[in-house]
Amino acid sequence: MSNWKTNTTIETLKCRAALLNTVRHFFQKNNTLEVDTPTLSQSTTPDPNIESFTTQYNSKQYYLHTSPEFPMKRLLAAGVGAIYQICKVFRQGEVGRNHNPEFTMIEWYQPSLSYHRLMAQVDELVGELLKDKISLKETVFISYQNIFEQYLGINPFICDVNKLNGVLKENNIELVNSEIKLNKDALLDLIITHLIQPRLPKNVPVFIYDYPETQAALANIRKANGDNEFNVAERFELYINSIELANGYQELLDANEQRRRFENENKQREQADLQIIPIDENLIAALDYGIPAVSGVALGLDRLVMLATGMDSISDVIAFTIDEA
Amino acid sequence: MANYSTNEFRSGLKIMLDNDPCSIIENEFVKPGKGQAFNRVKIRNLKTGRVLERTFKSGESVEAADVLETELEYSYTDGSTWTFMDSETYEQYTADEAAVGEAIKWLVEQETYTVTLWNENPICIAAPNHVVLTITETDPGVRGDTSGGGGKPAICNTGAVVRVPLFIDQGEKIKVDTRTSEYVGRVKD
Repeated sequence: MSNWKTNTTIETLKCRAALLNTVRHFFQKNNTLEVDTPTLSQSTTPDPNIESFTTQYNSKQYYLHTSPEFPMKRLLAAGVGAIYQICKVFRQGEVGRNHNPEFTMIEWYQPSLSYHRLMAQVDELVGELLKDKISLKETVFISYQNIFEQYLGINPFICDVNKLNGVLKENNIELVNSEIKLNKDALLDLIITHLIQPRLPKNVPVFIYDYPETQAALANIRKANGDNEFNVAERFELYINSIELANGYQELLDANEQRRRFENENKQREQADLQIIPIDENLIAALDYGIPAVSGVALGLDRLVMLATGMDSISDVIAFTIDEA
Repeated sequence: MANYSTNEFRSGLKIMLDNDPCSIIENEFVKPGKGQAFNRVKIRNLKTGRVLERTFKSGESVEAADVLETELEYSYTDGSTWTFMDSETYEQYTADEAAVGEAIKWLVEQETYTVTLWNENPICIAAPNHVVLTITETDPGVRGDTSGGGGKPAICNTGAVVRVPLFIDQGEKIKVDTRTSEYVGRVKD
């Protein structure tokens, strides 16, 4: 059945345009250059939890990017300095209240900022974007370890699979198919999405940082030292009103380590019967050449519009969803 | 029977869960940007009517339930089963007490009901919003009182007890809202 109408309102479209305007002003003020990298690429992320769309060109397989990260890092190697990009990215199979297979991402890299200072910059930008839209309370910065301790009384770095399964069972979260055995990271994902995310305080930006080292393919790992008992991935996520808004890293700079992680992800893909992804040799070569110490983050624009307009589904804030496209 | 993958989940989809047919009320795709995806689903068990929340690992498949909602006419009861008929094909379906459930007090012969069939068997009967019942027992009507204030209980031909205005008499037909069990009005033959 044909239906030409949009699901969203003109008012929402105007809000979306105004937010984009604010984003561009913000980066101009912060001397961050807008760039535009290809949507189609001969490689993509091998992350086993992200599936890319594919297409053909000159009888070669191309992927639609799931994030502009790899080419943006090549620009960093070229010495471009601070950069940002606003683009559509594509992910197979992601459909729901907060997901559409194509969505708009604001991604940026700041060579002069540590990931902690980048969190502060994200907070500043989001604060500016949501000013007059929702009254945000004071931002919370909390480590991955501390938020698990605070909400569930467990240390995610020490807990084994049995303990995590026990916590889930106590809270009546069980997979329908009990034969599926989730690995530790998937169990932690189940806990964070089902038992922590929905219970986060309202109207409070919450930054969670320092993730398990197994949960950051592209982030720098900080080895355990006097201050820290565990190796952590220097990664952060931002949540507002239980919506995941941003994911950022202190970026991994070591080409050999990056290759090892890609190969490891491809091994996981093989075990899960997923297609093997050719390693992005251009990215590896750029890392090999050298990129400056840099932090980077991706922020979901559609979800920001949801927060700014009070809409509770992504289909309310984009002109046409995948089903209407 | 067919299978559905989690990415086909949507509200209204009928699936088998714990050996019972269920209907998806709400499907939420939950996925950390860099992590395992899940489908958190609110489901109604079509046999018990109970609503439960369950989580699937995204990409899993689940058996489809052969469930069909159809409009059938109520025919008769033998005391332990209730027989409904398709008014076009004259095919008969027999429901047990569990399937009839709360609808039992609204069952009127020749009236049409929404019947949920699972593998061709009725598992749930839903009454129309309004049915016409005959009062079999109530205190005598108070003539002249048309205010409707106060009211009195009346036992109907189906066993339902409905509060009716004081002027209503035994033997009269009344229209009742099955959702609230409230008297709506008098029905003249």
